[in-house]
Amino acid sequence: MAKITIEDLKKIKERVHAETALRDGHLRVKVTVHMGTCGIASGAKEVMDSLLREIEEAGVSDIAVTTSGCMGLCSREPLVTVEILNQDPIKYEYMNSNKMRQVFKRHILEGEIQNPFVLARGAETQK
Amino acid sequence: MLELALHILDIAENSTRAGARHVDIRLNEDPDHDLLTLEITDDGAGMDKDTLAKALDPFYTTKKVRRVGLGLPMLAQAAEITGGELILTSEPGQGTQLKVTFGLRHIDRQPLGDAAGAMVTLIAGNPDIDFTYCHEHGDQIYILSTEEIKKEIEDVPINHIEVLKYIRSHIAEGMKEIGSEA
Repeated sequence: MAKITIEDLKKIKERVHAETALRDGHLRVKVTVHMGTCGIASGAKEVMDSLLREIEEAGVSDIAVTTSGCMGLCSREPLVTVEILNQDPIKYEYMNSNKMRQVFKRHILEGEIQNPFVLARGAETQK
Repeated sequence: MLELALHILDIAENSTRAGARHVDIRLNEDPDHDLLTLEITDDGAGMDKDTLAKALDPFYTTKKVRRVGLGLPMLAQAAEITGGELILTSEPGQGTQLKVTFGLRHIDRQPLGDAAGAMVTLIAGNPDIDFTYCHEHGDQIYILSTEEIKKEIEDVPINHIEVLKYIRSHIAEGMKEIGSEA
């Protein structure tokens, strides 16, 4: 593999500029991976890795990924919240990298909620 | 938690919750003295004396949603079983400094694990915070600064998937170059 240089960043910048000129830069989906101590200890980082890999492979750019802290349901971690624009957020429980891949392909890309993994529908009350 | 990278991810999350703008993560492998040092420094809200004294108590937490706070105690334990220690210093308004030492070649020392993945997760989740990752091995040094990357990519968000991919391979390559054995 060629050495990674600052030039690569410039290339990324140009590519992203060309891409965003084509669509108007709106995000369609927000995915939150819960990253409290409990989440991390039960595998949230692997879930995150899997999600980023899927986004990369699918070559989509309208998905925002973020993290959040613990919301008190430590025993059901890793938790992932999927919010599709104009739809109720869906919280998935006991996630792992395979389930994340399935949720990404079926729910995030195709809009079909993966009921067996769902913990709840709707927003949590903020801490 | 069985990897130091996961501890880093977890502890740095505390800094982000304390409102830090800069989080500095430093690892130093010193093979000559059989020592591994991890330092995390932030410019967040800091803690007063009372809070600082309770921070390593597993049954103390500032959160309302649960009654335990295991992040720091677990890191302290991971250090102590290798003959190292965890030192936490902080003052209100002055940020927090964490220094953890490990026996580098101690059989119970947790492996560093996927440091690149931990940094990518931190950056993806906190695009507004500037992170520095600095890894020394003997006289070799690797540094990643999101501030510098942001200067190069201008209006492209740092949590764009292409940039995150770049960061991941940048760190992986850098660690190989300095011959990290952690």
